[in-house]
Amino acid sequence: MSTGTPAPASGRTDAVPDGTGTEVLGAADIGRALTRIAHEVVERNKGVEDVVLLGIPTRGLPLAERLAARLAHVEGVDAGDLVGSLDVTMHRDDLARQPIRPIGTTRLPSGGLDGRVVVLVDDVLFSGRTIRAALDAISDLGRPRAVQLAVLVDRGHRELPIRADYVGKNLPTAASERVRVLLQETDGRDAVLIEGARGTGR
Amino acid sequence: MRHLLSAGDLTRDEAVLVLDTAAQMAATQAREIKKLPTLRGRTVVNLFFEDSTRTRISFETAAKRLSADVINFSAKGSSVSKGESLKDTALTLQAMGADAVVIRHHASGAPHTLAHAGWTHGAVVNAGDGMHQHPTQALLDAFTLRRHLVGDGGRADVTGRDLAGAHVAIVGDVLHSRVARSNVQLLHTLGARVTLVAPPTLVPVGAGTWTADVSYDLDETLATGPDAVMMLRVQRERMSSAGGGYFPSPLEYTRAYGLDGRRLAVLPEHAVVLHPGPMNRGLEISADAADSPRAVIVEQVANGVAVRMAVLYLLLAGGDQRPGADAEDMEARTGVRTDGTRVHA
Repeated sequence: MSTGTPAPASGRTDAVPDGTGTEVLGAADIGRALTRIAHEVVERNKGVEDVVLLGIPTRGLPLAERLAARLAHVEGVDAGDLVGSLDVTMHRDDLARQPIRPIGTTRLPSGGLDGRVVVLVDDVLFSGRTIRAALDAISDLGRPRAVQLAVLVDRGHRELPIRADYVGKNLPTAASERVRVLLQETDGRDAVLIEGARGTGR
Repeated sequence: MRHLLSAGDLTRDEAVLVLDTAAQMAATQAREIKKLPTLRGRTVVNLFFEDSTRTRISFETAAKRLSADVINFSAKGSSVSKGESLKDTALTLQAMGADAVVIRHHASGAPHTLAHAGWTHGAVVNAGDGMHQHPTQALLDAFTLRRHLVGDGGRADVTGRDLAGAHVAIVGDVLHSRVARSNVQLLHTLGARVTLVAPPTLVPVGAGTWTADVSYDLDETLATGPDAVMMLRVQRERMSSAGGGYFPSPLEYTRAYGLDGRRLAVLPEHAVVLHPGPMNRGLEISADAADSPRAVIVEQVANGVAVRMAVLYLLLAGGDQRPGADAEDMEARTGVRTDGTRVHA
């Protein structure tokens, strides 16, 4: 649905004080992107009656909660009934290539998932493997009518035929770069950083 | 962790990680679809040289819920009864490609030998060896205790919490009990205080050096208001006859060390009663104590599946099954990124 705004080639690339990366989105940008996504979710689903937002821990969950708060504000419903958390660790296909990952919490809103529209919420869309795992995890929990995907940042380099329905920002990156999303709830401040090849030498 | 051989090998953080992982596993077991694809394609061998019902079934259920293939091996009816050694059995299993071996053996130290002799490249999980260790039982006991005693009686989130401040009485046949040995170590690691209660004949030599107090009087200990009482099975198969001289008669043992309704009434309101099973009803625990609402014995069995799922997940899910890199592996494979950062690169 949304393509987001393309990232500026240069321009807004203020180096962050700790020098760990280049800041491409600030707190205000993240807030505006979430507000737009919230409106797009309402528009596309003609309201939020059947909508469930499932955040993928760690950072998808606070994003889902913020989206739910905006939906609740726009549509006048209770935010708590809209949002859940979906841990995908046990459905990943790269477990054997990584150090042990801690398992996060899966918590569904009271109505369950059957027959509803699930909007998966994550911070960064990269290879698409997390979302594939999330689709598998959902099929063990119920049968939603439809599944949509909202991400704060789409950085490209997909390895699976997966695309996002709602994108906060399309961020063209080199494969060697790292994109980090920092959120108030988990990191103490809101920012999207690019680290690695492009960030050095500036 | 590369192997789980002894409860004493676990640090506080590792033990809490197992309990937290088990809590998430337990949550998945409340769903309609209980099976997870996590260990698909991995093979877990249950190598049982000693009789067992609940531990073997518990490990088998845990492995199957994580989609691992399970091969059950019991010494009865196998080549072991023809005289095959542990080494040859292990080499056979290795040739069949076991990723993990869950072993119960009547000889203390058999799992350690299996893990370190190079006969198998898989992870070794001790499911009880002789009178030595039974670490998954201690973990499930700790998990059960944490659910009931920490975080406002189970209402608050207990993730990351240990058992600091809890007082646990372990009562009965401590001498023959690997459950007691594992629990003393693990509960101490998690910050709980342990009192062992047993007749002097059933307290092992050297128990004074353990991280636990020793008492010979059950009523005196119960009067101090422990948060939990763990009854141990009197292991009569390890005694000669009718108590084998460890105590004068079963009736006398019951009078001095059995948990009955009267002793249950002395306990504080929140206290729970545990038993690793199988119970000798009427010997170490009376029927009304075993069936009272305070007894969490059935819940222990359910928690056992979740804890064993967590152990298998933590031992098998991560990458790099290199043999002989234990210390380094321990760091790398339990190197949980505690800030939860997912680096998208």
